[in-house]
Amino acid sequence: MWDYTDKVKDHFLNPRNVGDIPDADAVGEVGSLACGDALKLFVKLDEKKERIVDAKFQTFGCGSAIASSSALTEMIKGKTLDEALAVTNQEIADYLGGLPEEKMHCSVMGQEALEVAIARYRGHEVQPHDHEHAEQEGEIVCKCFGLTDGFLKKVIAANKLHTAEQVTHFTKAGGACGGCIPKIKELIAEVLGEHTEAERKKPEKLTNLRKMQLIQDVLEKEVRPQLWADGGDLELIDIDGGNVQIAFRKACAGCVSSGYTARFVEQKLRELVADDITVEEVEG
Amino acid sequence: MKEIYFDNNATTKVDEAVFEEMRPYFCELYGNPSSMHFFGGQVQKKVDEARGRVAALLGAAPEEIIFTACGTESDNAAIRSALEVFPEKRHVITTRVEHPAVLTLCRNLSKRGYRVTELNVDGEGRLDMNELKNAVDDDTAIVSIMYANNETGVVFPVEEAAAIVKEKGALFHTDAVQAVGKIPLDMAASKIDMLSLSGHKLHAPKGIGALYLRKGVPFRPFMVGGHQERSRRAGTEATASIIALGKACELAARHMDDENTRVKAMRDRLEKELLRLIPARRINGGGAERLPNTLSIAFEYVEGEAILLLLSEKGICASSGSACTSGSLEPSHVLRAMGVPFTCAHGSIRFSLSRFNTDEEIDTVIRELPPIIRRLREISPFGREILAQHG
Repeated sequence: MWDYTDKVKDHFLNPRNVGDIPDADAVGEVGSLACGDALKLFVKLDEKKERIVDAKFQTFGCGSAIASSSALTEMIKGKTLDEALAVTNQEIADYLGGLPEEKMHCSVMGQEALEVAIARYRGHEVQPHDHEHAEQEGEIVCKCFGLTDGFLKKVIAANKLHTAEQVTHFTKAGGACGGCIPKIKELIAEVLGEHTEAERKKPEKLTNLRKMQLIQDVLEKEVRPQLWADGGDLELIDIDGGNVQIAFRKACAGCVSSGYTARFVEQKLRELVADDITVEEVEG
Repeated sequence: MKEIYFDNNATTKVDEAVFEEMRPYFCELYGNPSSMHFFGGQVQKKVDEARGRVAALLGAAPEEIIFTACGTESDNAAIRSALEVFPEKRHVITTRVEHPAVLTLCRNLSKRGYRVTELNVDGEGRLDMNELKNAVDDDTAIVSIMYANNETGVVFPVEEAAAIVKEKGALFHTDAVQAVGKIPLDMAASKIDMLSLSGHKLHAPKGIGALYLRKGVPFRPFMVGGHQERSRRAGTEATASIIALGKACELAARHMDDENTRVKAMRDRLEKELLRLIPARRINGGGAERLPNTLSIAFEYVEGEAILLLLSEKGICASSGSACTSGSLEPSHVLRAMGVPFTCAHGSIRFSLSRFNTDEEIDTVIRELPPIIRRLREISPFGREILAQHG
């Protein structure tokens, strides 16, 4: 069971501002039935068209989606449009005393609906992401949920996300077939800037000691986690110049495709440490 | 708040008689059945008795029962054994709607160079035996098909499947975790080679399972070490849990008629009333043969987690095929394999009953659920049309 805060439970069990505003100034819709959640937001402005005097919502979705929508409508009442636009998804989550990370996409949905509503009101035609609106600005990265690189980059930057898993929790991207996860990793690297790139770039010249440290690092951080995912493992036996000796463990030991796995390890090490590395499988 | 528990396909209450039966084997009769002294020997007798009780429920011989730690272990032991018995065979057949215990294993095997066929199901969750006939060949080491599906309760024709498979010389395994104790089984009259069961689905504790292994079927142990379970599953016996499982099986045999009459009648009434009271809904697998205790019902335009949380507020425990409850973002693989539309799959709820449920509890669900669905449809941007149509 999700560990929802009392505030989330309260806004789910007693949602504020459910319904519609027939003469709303701005309406924003995001999500779809296929995606598993959708939000329609109605905003009413005062006579001078400056401040939000009323906001209502309709939401299809889980408990935290309903609670996030309810929180959003409470937060934006009384704000000017610019003030409302400044509300971040993190602030929606904070208002609710926090959301489980896997549910952060619910707060993103709220913030997005608001942006769509205000942009429409101001005369910009925007297409929110969902299956029916695949044609939009930017390139579709996640085909399952219809999310573009532009949208993902914005959420990555705003929330300082640094793993693909976090991006999934915040946007759903990569959460279905997983085909776009490599692309998401590229976007993270792009957004979080050069230092991530620099860290991964192959060093120019290495002392033997530094090379050995790097080899161990890459095996620990890049290679073994991938083997674990398939129930396998490896152990570093020795490093002799550019020759790296490894022994396969668990499911990798005696696996018919261990030859391929050894080549995969070699490729990784060449890519991230030095071109002259060879990987040899030994008994050990 | 007293729980109204309709999630018995997830796990069950330990029957108090089962708990009483196992209780002395912690602090008093804690001996090791392998020991030479009287103190271990008396535990050995109770373990033997438990083996006999499990065998009796299955219509099997006691030596055909191997105790394991859980259903997942039994599934792993069966499938991995078959692959070792036939090292030259590189093909495995299963279904798209298996429990992850089997499905994840098979998908891992496919990454290791095995050819894995996943049989499809139709819109009602039924298998096509012709698809199996065409898939099984001389290269097939094992076919693993669940006896009954945990999400929909749909029962598969495993005897017919086993006959097809045996003719081709492959082994046949069934994950019967949801079937044992709910529908009568008779291994003596069956062609099934291996069958998995789990204690906590039939009112025994968690952490105990068993594998039925037909006499004469070759077997390579998954767990090696000591000589326990005739060297087919090493590790000191979980004596108290084994004794509990034996008692649970004895009780299950005794309550089998009740399960298929009273429990089924409660399920049928729940189904009929929910269909009558709530518009825009469908029964998942309603056109197929189903377990007597399971009802999977999908409500359009509302989301399952929200339904469960509101039911939970009323003390009612059920489960959902929705994405949001599992931490995954896609609805259940079973409902997707059946082609249940997304509009419904996200709003699917499973009620799974046991002999401990009462008619009053059914009345409570019939009273509480319709207003919950109505309330969520009022919140949903898609639900208003339904409400407008149906009032």
